[in-house]
Amino acid sequence: MRETRRYRINGIVQGVGFRPCVHRLARQFGAGGWVLNDSDGVLLEVQGPGAALDAFMDELVTHPPPMARILRVLRVPASEPEVHYEGFEIKHSVDLQRTETIVPPDSNVCEDCLREMKNPEDRRHRYPFINCTNCGPRYSIIYDMPYDRPQSTMRAFRMCGPCEREYHDIEDRRYHAQPNACPDCGPRLEARDRDGQRIDTPDVVRFAIARLREGAIFAVKSLGGFHLVVDAANEAAVRELRRRKRRDAKPFAIMVADRESARRVAEVSHYDEQILESPQRPIVLLRKRPGVLSDAIAPRNPNLGIMLPSTPLHYLLLEDPGLQTLVMTSGNMSGHPICYDNESALTQLRGVVDYFVLHDRDIRTRVDDSLVRPTQAEGLGQPMLCFVRRSRGYAPYPIHLPEPVGSIVALGAELKTTVALSKKSEVFVGQHIGDLKNDSTFEAHTDCAKHMQQLLSIRPDVVACDMHPAFRSSRAAVERKELRVVRVQHHHAHMASCMAENGLTGKVIGAIFDGSGYGLDGTIWGGEFLYGDYREFTRVGHLRPLYLLGGDKAVREPIRVAISLLTETFGEEAHRLELPALADLEAFNREVFFKMAAKKINATPTTSMGRLFDGVSSLLRICHQCEYEAQAAIELEALLDRDFQMLPPLAYSLEAQEDRLVVDYRPLIRELVEELRGGATPDVKRLSRRFHSTVVDIIGQMCGRLAERHGTRTVVLSGGVFMNEYVLVNALRRLKELGLEPHCHRQLPTNDGGISLGQIMVAHAQSASAELPSSQETP
Amino acid sequence: LDHGTGAKLSRELVERIAEALGDVYIGQMEDSALLDVGAGRIAVTTDSFVVTPLFFGSGDIGKVSVCGTVNDLAVSGARPLYLTLGLILEAGFPMKSLLRILASIRAAALEANVKIVAGDTKVVRQGEADQIFINTTGVGVLERSPLRAQAVRPGNKIIISGNIGNHSIHLLSVREGLGFERRVESDCAPLNGMIDMLLKSLPEGTISCMRDVTRGGLCAVLHEFARASGHTLQFHKERVPVTPEAVMAADMLGIELIHLANEGCLCLFVDEAHAEQVLGLLREHPYGRNAAIIGEVTATPEPRVYMVAPDGTRTMLEELYGAELPRLC
Ligand SMILES: [Fe+3]
Ligand SMILES: [Mg+2]
Ligand SMILES: [Zn+2]
Ligand SMILES: [Zn+2]
Repeated sequence: MRETRRYRINGIVQGVGFRPCVHRLARQFGAGGWVLNDSDGVLLEVQGPGAALDAFMDELVTHPPPMARILRVLRVPASEPEVHYEGFEIKHSVDLQRTETIVPPDSNVCEDCLREMKNPEDRRHRYPFINCTNCGPRYSIIYDMPYDRPQSTMRAFRMCGPCEREYHDIEDRRYHAQPNACPDCGPRLEARDRDGQRIDTPDVVRFAIARLREGAIFAVKSLGGFHLVVDAANEAAVRELRRRKRRDAKPFAIMVADRESARRVAEVSHYDEQILESPQRPIVLLRKRPGVLSDAIAPRNPNLGIMLPSTPLHYLLLEDPGLQTLVMTSGNMSGHPICYDNESALTQLRGVVDYFVLHDRDIRTRVDDSLVRPTQAEGLGQPMLCFVRRSRGYAPYPIHLPEPVGSIVALGAELKTTVALSKKSEVFVGQHIGDLKNDSTFEAHTDCAKHMQQLLSIRPDVVACDMHPAFRSSRAAVERKELRVVRVQHHHAHMASCMAENGLTGKVIGAIFDGSGYGLDGTIWGGEFLYGDYREFTRVGHLRPLYLLGGDKAVREPIRVAISLLTETFGEEAHRLELPALADLEAFNREVFFKMAAKKINATPTTSMGRLFDGVSSLLRICHQCEYEAQAAIELEALLDRDFQMLPPLAYSLEAQEDRLVVDYRPLIRELVEELRGGATPDVKRLSRRFHSTVVDIIGQMCGRLAERHGTRTVVLSGGVFMNEYVLVNALRRLKELGLEPHCHRQLPTNDGGISLGQIMVAHAQSASAELPSSQETP
Repeated sequence: LDHGTGAKLSRELVERIAEALGDVYIGQMEDSALLDVGAGRIAVTTDSFVVTPLFFGSGDIGKVSVCGTVNDLAVSGARPLYLTLGLILEAGFPMKSLLRILASIRAAALEANVKIVAGDTKVVRQGEADQIFINTTGVGVLERSPLRAQAVRPGNKIIISGNIGNHSIHLLSVREGLGFERRVESDCAPLNGMIDMLLKSLPEGTISCMRDVTRGGLCAVLHEFARASGHTLQFHKERVPVTPEAVMAADMLGIELIHLANEGCLCLFVDEAHAEQVLGLLREHPYGRNAAIIGEVTATPEPRVYMVAPDGTRTMLEELYGAELPRLC
């Protein structure tokens, strides 16, 4: 019995070889019909025996092309009167101007292309820009949609005859592969010295390998920006890179050729392998094998950030058995965004590198490496993937919501900023942008918001931003006069983000711990328990305030927080305490800090949980000064060596204040100080574990009491502090033991990189329930 | 002090004040002073002074009250001649302190070569004022065309006459007993002598405009000029004159020197061709020894202020948004 069925398929289905795949499957299952691209995605009609059509659809949905993401398959009425198809054809695309399809993220080079690249007989033998419909750059090179070669940076290259033929041959893997190129017609590599002088070499890759083996430092133009590269096995080279980049402590990522090489330097589980080898090719935090690579790569850290090659060039750089591990760190000067065009790399990185490997395929959009941490722990069921930075390979892939929210643009916070845009029930979260205090980063942020609106043809009518009056993103939002501005409280946005990812709709308890966010009362919050939903929240608990001596300065110098904690705990007595941590300071400085703490001179109150970690890290003499964000907390956690065992908590108390529960940290500080003054060398590993256990205990106690009071069992955990694996794992376990339903982030970072999604959710809920102010109604 | 009410006591107080000021006081104790200022234009400015603490290492509220007003007149291109002096005293304010303040008013007026021509004194109940408030009004004559912020133009060099931030840090340190006060001194000084020397030695128009760097610091002054001129101003962070002690103190306190007040520091906008000459003249003067060319006005027609770091990166500076709140997450 022949049937005719028509399907509409949404998602990433254009520019990823979807139609040829449909074509191939249709013939394989003996179906007639057609397929076409239109503004909604892909429309197809198939005709054949019902069972064959079932099998066809099953195969298409379970095995789409590697870069495709199917969001929805909808059966729609077929053509009438019923026609009889002789075969299967690809029809011309219709109405692609008002596009509803999703921009594909960038992808790693596929196995087929790699095989060709390694084949001496192939015309693309060792060609660093080989790609096909199933792989290669996308988001980073696209100017505009619909995705077509003239709409990408590949428009600078004219295809040669053979490439052109592949491009038009439906049987070919390069059918409509927009970045298609070969050594005759495509982009080329070029080597330069640090002064920007061209180096005359027949083989740029071999030149680079030879110099890297000698210990040289390279800037290499990768897919989404420049990397700084040295031989990871060459300790002197690694240290030289640290010296030149003026970066002593922040871990460097490394790149290895394959999973076997990864296994040589780190512990790699089966799950880790899947993440390493996924087409997104993120940097994966894996437990390092001690003693294999130099400690200078990731000092005082149990992990190594490892990635597998993602571009053909990376594979070529690793082709020599004498060069197996590369340090691959972002090509920027500290505090600045990663360089992505040749000129700025040549000027900004000349003081850091010996050589450049450039090429002439421009990057339209800077995309940093994504950074993820897989976690496997008993009692959690499935392994968890935590995003530290969601960027290359993932951006701008959307988060799906259970319900539509309309068109809203959200501008994120100030650090680790991302832009998010919503359309119906999809929220597109852009690549990691970074710290907006910097002018060039702020420009990137503005550009990202515009570019995403253009690519996704979204015209937002609401702009959501943080409440902080000084955030550049928030002030930019206010300047967008044509849009309705919704200012979202920072921790409410964290909570809403986690709710949205998990599809939660009712009222929840949120344990939101981070570094800082502007609170409703104009002070800096960061250790918050909220109760509410997308529309509103009540602050039902928080950490007792501590003080940032010297404002932001205290964030970089945790010893200032330690002194505030001591002053809050011991009052007048504090500066007489004999503590090793205090002895690390010069007497004069110590006196000034204690006076600032006692008299509250330029001392900003905050309920920040992140700062409590900093202060404890400094008291334990782990870190008094931070070179990179959250270093003190990261190094405090590092002492736990990724072992989740709990210890008895330190003392703390919960006090009812007005209608809130306040977590008093003073007993904890008192107990720590006693331990530290005990005479014998303190066991800082144990103290760190006890402190971490205390934070878990606080979460359990608070959420238990709040859940009972408010009659809900759902808890969301969000905020940068939950980057802490130990706290996250144990809090989830503890809350489950208490009979609660805890949720955490899985698709977006729990830090401020995930804020923009929450801002959209809150802005939607609040604008749905409020009238537009009359002044905003003018067209 | 209990001199606010009774006529006799009150007169006695005024007489003590006049006596303490000595020959710089030429008021006649009549309703108004009659002054001869010649035929030209005059400049007038007024300012009220509230300083905590009243006495500090290199000065006191009296000296600040004279210098502040004298400097405001001088930067507009006027020659300061006369001041009025209004005092609001909290009942119980010690006479000894008052006399000390008057002595330094006298000393500053002598140095600045200005006369105090009229005065007023009120004593208010305890709690209605904090020890002493001083108001001074200054009158000066314009012997050349006035200096206006609109005259600032692309190509102008930006010169700072001395170390920035010291006054604020000194005061904060004395107030809170932080221990920086001996290392970081206030720069409080009358600058009209130095300004007069500059204007006399240079052809008219060499100096487009100048301002004394007071509340809001260098950052506020630059923003004021960026707005008034409509141009972009940029300065190089490492060229701004600072003392290592002030840098250390600001660092410990978590504050920025460019936002802090001075009481004896000029910011000048100078014709490019004469910038080095101006710098040389300033450096010969005791109040300008640490002068430096810190930046320039660029042709960009946007009222912006940029700070250039030693590595060449430019950061747009915002005007301070009230007290600065931490932003780091
Ligand atoms: Fe946050
Ligand atoms: Mg004034
Ligand atoms: Zn491929
Ligand atoms: Zn070709």
